[in-house]
Amino acid sequence: MRFRETRWPIEPVAVLWMAVGWLGFAVLPWYGIEDGFFGFSWLFDGYPSDSEFAPALVLALKGEKLWLAPLGLLLVVPLLLWGRTKSDPVFSRLLIIVSAAGFGWLLFQGFAIGLRGWQFGWLTSLFGELGDRQFGMGYGALLVSGAFLFLFTLGVAARGAVSGDVFVVGSIGFVVAMVAIFIFMPILMMLANAMQTDDGGYSPVAFLAKLFSSRLWSLACLAGGSRCGVAWNSLLLAVLVGLLTMFLGLVFALVVTRTGFRHGKLLRALTVLPIITPAFVIGLAIILLFGLSGAVTQSVAGAFGLQPTRWVYGLPGLLIAQVLAFTPIAFLVLMGVVEGVSPSMEEASQTLRASRWQTFWTVSLPLMRPGLANAFLLGFIESMADFGNPLVLSGNYDVLSTEIFFAIVGAQNDAALAAILALVLLAFTLGAFYAQRFWIGRRSYTTVTGKGDAGVHPRLPAGLTYALYVIAGLWTAFTVLVYTVIFYGSFVKLWGVDQSLTLEHYRKAFSVGWNEFGIHWSGSAWSSFWTTMEITLISAPLTAGIGLLTAYLLVRQNFRGKNAFEFATMLSFAIPGTVIGVSYIIAFNVPPIELTGTGIILVLSFIFRNMPVGVRAGVASMSQIDRSLDESSLTLGANSWQTFRRVILPLLRSAMLAALVYSFVRAMTAISAVIFLVSARYDLSTSYIVGRVENNEYGIAIAYSTVLIVVMLMVIGLMQLLVGSRNIGRRGIQQGDGGWSVRTNVSLPGTAGGPTTIAGAG
Amino acid sequence: MAEIRSNAASVTFDHVTKTYPGASMPAVDDISLAIEAGKLVTLLGPSGCGKTTTLRMIAGLEMPSSGRILIGGKDVTRLPATDRDVSMVFQSYALFPHMTVMENVSYGLRFSGHDKKEAASRAHAGLELVGLTGLEARLPSELSGGQQQRVAVARALVLEPQVLLFDEPLSNLDAKLRRHVREEIREIQTKLGLTVVYVTHDQEEALAVSDRIIVMNKAVIAQDGTPRELYDAPANAFVADFIGEANILDCEVVSVEGDEAAVRLGSLALKLPARGQLVGPAKLAVRPSRIEIGPAGRPRTIAGRLEKVTYVGSHLELIIGTPHGQVFAISHNIDAPFQAGDSVGIGFPERGPVLIKA
Repeated sequence: MRFRETRWPIEPVAVLWMAVGWLGFAVLPWYGIEDGFFGFSWLFDGYPSDSEFAPALVLALKGEKLWLAPLGLLLVVPLLLWGRTKSDPVFSRLLIIVSAAGFGWLLFQGFAIGLRGWQFGWLTSLFGELGDRQFGMGYGALLVSGAFLFLFTLGVAARGAVSGDVFVVGSIGFVVAMVAIFIFMPILMMLANAMQTDDGGYSPVAFLAKLFSSRLWSLACLAGGSRCGVAWNSLLLAVLVGLLTMFLGLVFALVVTRTGFRHGKLLRALTVLPIITPAFVIGLAIILLFGLSGAVTQSVAGAFGLQPTRWVYGLPGLLIAQVLAFTPIAFLVLMGVVEGVSPSMEEASQTLRASRWQTFWTVSLPLMRPGLANAFLLGFIESMADFGNPLVLSGNYDVLSTEIFFAIVGAQNDAALAAILALVLLAFTLGAFYAQRFWIGRRSYTTVTGKGDAGVHPRLPAGLTYALYVIAGLWTAFTVLVYTVIFYGSFVKLWGVDQSLTLEHYRKAFSVGWNEFGIHWSGSAWSSFWTTMEITLISAPLTAGIGLLTAYLLVRQNFRGKNAFEFATMLSFAIPGTVIGVSYIIAFNVPPIELTGTGIILVLSFIFRNMPVGVRAGVASMSQIDRSLDESSLTLGANSWQTFRRVILPLLRSAMLAALVYSFVRAMTAISAVIFLVSARYDLSTSYIVGRVENNEYGIAIAYSTVLIVVMLMVIGLMQLLVGSRNIGRRGIQQGDGGWSVRTNVSLPGTAGGPTTIAGAG
Repeated sequence: MAEIRSNAASVTFDHVTKTYPGASMPAVDDISLAIEAGKLVTLLGPSGCGKTTTLRMIAGLEMPSSGRILIGGKDVTRLPATDRDVSMVFQSYALFPHMTVMENVSYGLRFSGHDKKEAASRAHAGLELVGLTGLEARLPSELSGGQQQRVAVARALVLEPQVLLFDEPLSNLDAKLRRHVREEIREIQTKLGLTVVYVTHDQEEALAVSDRIIVMNKAVIAQDGTPRELYDAPANAFVADFIGEANILDCEVVSVEGDEAAVRLGSLALKLPARGQLVGPAKLAVRPSRIEIGPAGRPRTIAGRLEKVTYVGSHLELIIGTPHGQVFAISHNIDAPFQAGDSVGIGFPERGPVLIKA
């Protein structure tokens, strides 16, 4: 129809992917190159005949890796489709069979041949010893697997899935494959690892013994013993943090919306702090204030003649630090909830002769109940997943996230134990995530229908108002104090010992000199700073891209298994960073995907940790774009890719920018996952700072943190300017989305009681 | 200057059924219809009757669960919207807010293989046709509702589609503008000889613009005919009541001779066109304006009592209690001395009642 009568003798998309596949098979090196993904010295180093850099075709022809030959053969088979159209049933069937076989064979050879020849006994008995080993896959393997994947989705599309839309089916296939490889596979391999015994066999008994060990579940502290199990510690901390953040969040939300408080914007500005603050920085400030040589501890001890103690290390310090860090999140959630309670309900109650108190207790508060539960669960998940604060503050109070770390890096180096601890932690957070989505998510009373809901929220009774002011005021003052201490502390010579001011820490970390090659970044922090910049700048656009693509599929397309698809893509919210870190180490340390020690593994961990941010941002703003815009584009002859590019993406510009900046910032502050994945060559700011803390070099650590916070404040400020000015334009669509609410939408879109999470900070 | 022409083609539905995933009842149930090239056909029905689903299946935005769809004699059942030569004007207009009027109108032309110059000249021709020359550089948000609507029409027209679809195009306009725009749409359609399929739930709009109306109810076609046929000879009680208002009365067909049936309504004997009814119980559909009201006791009337008399300016609305149930009637004699409680006699003129199935 229309003007596309040019007939290809064979579907051009199939040809494209066959060409890509052959490029990977016959031209590019099959295995990973030692000097990194972006090193190109191999071109002059014996390519293509040298086995190390040879493409699969050469390897097969030389008879070295005969098992790669079938892949090339399978990549030729689609030529049999010459002259057949897409609607021909043979077309789809052949493509599906060929590509599934190719992909399957690729996986099979990848896992069947390990570091020491055959992985499975029956293969050895069948073929005898294999005098060869597996190497990590490289460009060639990457392209070939991509080719098989997209040939497969082309086949599925040709069968009529999603109205035969090649772009949509391909996108679904891509996202599913990515999530499967970089979220599910590592977790499953971690599970397998947890079952493994020291001698390499699998034993469910040993697994159960470890899983229910007293180290995890002991209740000794209740009976007067010294300490309880790690799991109980984590649980207690998380419940307390959840309750406290929920309470404080509600206080702030009420102050802003129900008391006529004029400086609500200022309070909202505070909510940006936890987003730009690396988690452990709060912990550091707590140490500076309440630690053994802390300002408060010392002055109190001096005033009352007491011996300063280390009381803050452990539960009290953790509680203070985490509540400080996560209260703004609860505030954001509850803002939406409190505003979402329909004023007409409260007005109705007042006309029915209820006083302000009675209205608040009998109508307003019960209506907020699901939102409160939501805020509690978020605080719970955040606390469980937090790694930075426990690392610097936990003392003898062991929690799961740090125990996992010490199981890997400590003297024990017990990957199986780490895997078991990670599983327990995962069970807690997934349970909360599940409860949040399926139990609370559907019980929201706060419905924002878009219909004008006239009326004004009534003021709270005076007594309650003053109580709220006092609590909110004290807490705000405390927060300001904490950040002041961080800033001030970065100029103090040696906290608690020598309080004289100095620039020495900044000089040590960030000095710049000149030498014969030009600028010489001589400060000790520069290397990790530039690495962080590089890695985060690479990962941010990729994160935003895959996030928005996923959001497009979720909001705009209907396909079988969409619910499972959504759950899988949002799951990484609930997977604590430490768990991701451990599972990546377990999964990607050995062929076929060998990534540890590279920058790529850092980029990947950022992409899949922060992907839900992009998804949420995309879903929130895409739901505001009327579906008929896409449909009219389709009826005007654009295909779904052209529609996505020309209609949806331009309308999502501000969401895109927000997702970009937010994933950048989250990557800059992340610590929990990357601390497992950094290497000497790729060290990141956060892990560098933690290293300084462990060496008791607090000055440099704080100075570096201050610089990070300032950098991110600037980035967010810049985004505010960009997004703000954009929205002044004459767009009818994103009304009222300027200012803070844009960022709010990103961190917690749909705050009006919808299912939201940002778990696993830090 | 390019000229907008028509490539009008027919549309045929062959036993088409559409069941949405997860729904127990089909949204469109085994529908067959044929729309001739160059005609304006309206799909009319209450909300949820399947008319919009039918329209979207013509557009290719929904795929039928079974059956075949042909456009211009070619089977397009599995063809997605992108590849069909069909354009659609949406209820919300769906103008792209980030593109100017010109960019909106030339959007589809770019995907149809026209070069830039050709596309621009066609877009100009389209805007001229709807009387919007001079507004090319505006954004949709800077246009009035009526202007936005015209841009949407121009954007669809310039592609010279085989079939042009309208999904409730007037529902976002105010009442006065509505009459004006619908006449314009009809004018362009007749001038260019387009095949237009038009969805609405407003029966007056449908009667005014259509060559033919397809009335749908509960996922099936209730009746298919010209506006006059539908109004004067409704096929069933639903159509009679949906197009205009009608009193539905139970009656009995006593005998049928050729095309004429002898009908009993209580004590009254009527001779009416049989319209395929057989001897036995049937129903009569009577328009309120086709009821004669006079003093009680006249011959060939049934007795009734005025229950309510409402003066609405141009006429009187009367509700009359009779042995056959309540009857709603209109009297254009606004000076008639009717009062609630009066006894009256109800008579039916020759072309008044229509015999329909029980």
